[in-house]
Amino acid sequence: MFGSFMTNAWIVATMVAITAGIVGFFVVVRRAAFAAHVLPLGAFPGAAAASLLGVNELLGIIAFSALGVLGISQLQRWERREVATALWLAVALALGTLFLSMTRRYSQGVYALLFGEVFGIRSALIAPVAVLGAIAIAVTLLLYRPLLLDSLSPELGEAAGTGRGRIELAFLAVLALCTATALPVVGALMVFSLMVGPASAARFLTDRPLLALTLSVVLSLATVWSAIALSYLSNWPVGFFVGVLGGVSYAAGRLRHRGGPAHVR
Amino acid sequence: MGVLGLIFAPGFLSNGPVHTALLVGGGAAVVGAVVGVFTVMRGQSFAGHALADVSSAGGSASFLLGLNPLVGFLGMAALAAGVMEWADVRDARERDLLTGVMLGAGLGLTALFLYFASVTGSASGAAITVLFGSMFTIPASIVPAALALAGVALAVIAAIYRPLLLSAVSEDLAQAQGTRVRLIGLAHGWALALAVSLSAMTVGAILSTALLIGPAAAGLRLADRPGRSLALAVLIGLLATWGGILLAYDSYDWTPGHGWPVSFFIVVLVFIAYLLAALLARVRARGVSLRAVHPSGCGQD
Amino acid sequence: MTQAAALSVEGLGISLSGRQILKDVKFQVAPGEFCALIGANGSGKTTLLKAIVGLVKPDSGRITVDVDGSGGTSVGYVPQKISLDPHLPLRARDVVMLGLDGARLGLPLPSSARDARVEEMLQAVGAGDFAERRVGLLSGGQQQRILVAHALVRRPRLLLLDEPLASLDVRSVAEIVALLRRLSLQYGTAILLSAHDMNPLLPVMDRIVYLASCCAVSGKADEVVRTEVLSRLYGYHVDVVRVHGRVVVIAAHEPEEIRAALARDPVHTAEIP
Repeated sequence: MFGSFMTNAWIVATMVAITAGIVGFFVVVRRAAFAAHVLPLGAFPGAAAASLLGVNELLGIIAFSALGVLGISQLQRWERREVATALWLAVALALGTLFLSMTRRYSQGVYALLFGEVFGIRSALIAPVAVLGAIAIAVTLLLYRPLLLDSLSPELGEAAGTGRGRIELAFLAVLALCTATALPVVGALMVFSLMVGPASAARFLTDRPLLALTLSVVLSLATVWSAIALSYLSNWPVGFFVGVLGGVSYAAGRLRHRGGPAHVR
Repeated sequence: MGVLGLIFAPGFLSNGPVHTALLVGGGAAVVGAVVGVFTVMRGQSFAGHALADVSSAGGSASFLLGLNPLVGFLGMAALAAGVMEWADVRDARERDLLTGVMLGAGLGLTALFLYFASVTGSASGAAITVLFGSMFTIPASIVPAALALAGVALAVIAAIYRPLLLSAVSEDLAQAQGTRVRLIGLAHGWALALAVSLSAMTVGAILSTALLIGPAAAGLRLADRPGRSLALAVLIGLLATWGGILLAYDSYDWTPGHGWPVSFFIVVLVFIAYLLAALLARVRARGVSLRAVHPSGCGQD
Repeated sequence: MTQAAALSVEGLGISLSGRQILKDVKFQVAPGEFCALIGANGSGKTTLLKAIVGLVKPDSGRITVDVDGSGGTSVGYVPQKISLDPHLPLRARDVVMLGLDGARLGLPLPSSARDARVEEMLQAVGAGDFAERRVGLLSGGQQQRILVAHALVRRPRLLLLDEPLASLDVRSVAEIVALLRRLSLQYGTAILLSAHDMNPLLPVMDRIVYLASCCAVSGKADEVVRTEVLSRLYGYHVDVVRVHGRVVVIAAHEPEEIRAALARDPVHTAEIP
């Protein structure tokens, strides 16, 4: 399990877990689970397009993440947030379907991009993932207070001078960065599970934001590490374990606090 | 006939799989549009999308077990809808998270079933079929069941039409009139499950959101009355679906060897309709505000 | 009491998630009476109204609403701070219509009797001008009128309104109050309206129910709106003053903290030209 060919998996997955844990805290606070689902899912067509054009996969992913940020924030001007998000998802996936139909050989690649292929990560991937992850974390921590204030009440945020819509745009950009970090490693669907599961469980354990953020990272690491270990032992996909562990920790938190966190009641 | 020949490539109207696609796709479009209008009004777009994705776990399970795909998709979606309503979360943030966590777990299951399918070799390319749909490979035997289910979903919505509208305005108002709000929510949840499993089978799990949300959002922009919004949404959904099927069929002639995917065309048409609707609504709103500023400026001079 | 009360509450006690909200609340509202439900934030006004509508189950006591034999709910209800979503494809008229048959199953069939009733109610609340507009795009005062019409269209004997005057400007407040008084006279509907400030209601109210943390006090308006009674209820001195033939309730002295703050940092009033 800790052999040399697994080293890259452990390193990269750890970096992804830390990033997703931190960004996930704000996904929960800002009620942005849908956007956290759609940005990664909407970025995978970028990888397909990149392979069509013969350029680096990561470039395609970054390009489509950025497109997603612009698309969602533009549609949000006309529409409720969730509807705007859903519409962008539809468009991105339609493009993805088209690209996939053009490259028949990509079928296995789709599975990896959606559900992740942690084993057999190339060493060349470590550096870009580290850099992107570090940027995502740095930006999130830099915006820590404005993000919290804006989540509490956009009016309060505006009064403090954060600017209407600017925080939402910045947050979507952070999500996109996290996407680009995690997508090639754990896959689109599991980036999402990692951002939502641990952070929502952490919130049941404490009312203090910084502590919740830390717990979110700890739970995220625990989830990823045990998922990799279980996957290695059983040969079942990592994504399955990440998704199920997220569900289990949320359910445990809810049962402990019947009906929601203390402050919701 | 010359023009018709240009629009409809030879064989379109006499092709068996095309007939099936038109029927099942049309049914999915109508139900998706009707249920979608209420889903958007109730602010449950994310839940609608999540149900579609979670239903794909059922779809992949039925691939694995060799069951009728409809059973798999529908069973899983109905189960998920039941859990969501049973959990009875009123708080918007909590509902968002519950949906998200369920979505994650459901997708995990999908991954597992697809993995099993690839290991046992029971279905190659199952991932693509389950997630992206395959309109032209729907077996004709499924048509009666699919249309019947579409009818059931429409009947459910028709039965709870007024309580559903009122509880979209305010749950308190609905409850004050003696409506059992949770029961209405559950009925809507199951209609939603029916709608998404139908469209998951046709345009694919992850694209069924387009049929659910796109036409509904356009219809809601265009009309100020619920009946008209519904009618417009149905019209847009149907035209986009049939137009998409037609274009996909024709596209076999554009790029020799293989056609373009149906779902791509459907979504593109839906999105164009939405953009036009948004544009129209904006222009109209501007007209209203101009008239408000210049009450006499109605072009009398 | 010669006539059956429109609403009678006896020994009502309610606790929510372990906290006692209301205890031994007792009062009656006569048919056609305009009754103000006054209390500070958190005194249980909303809970009391919800219990009367049937949205909250009481732990003890009895709530009797006079039913005139027509069957169905005879209570109209306007909830607190309801924000109508501008994305909903509903005209003001549709919302009033849903007040009539919002709980019925099946699709609505065309009915001229129903349309006439809705139209009459729209005119009665002065909403004729914006009946066809999208309800979410109306102003706060206009939405309030539509919600009143929604609640009244079934001609209930009792109309409950939860803080309908909060977040309205002074003029809209006066308009809504006058409208409610007129409707209550026109249809013989008893009104129970909650508010934290009784001043706008003084000209129209017949009865007042005051909810304090200790108890609930009810009485005819002219019995309760007196300097000594109100001062005892509020826990600090208030004056009931007559200005230009109107009654106004004011705090006679600023509370101690405010006076101290003013002494430290006096307010400079600007001259109004």
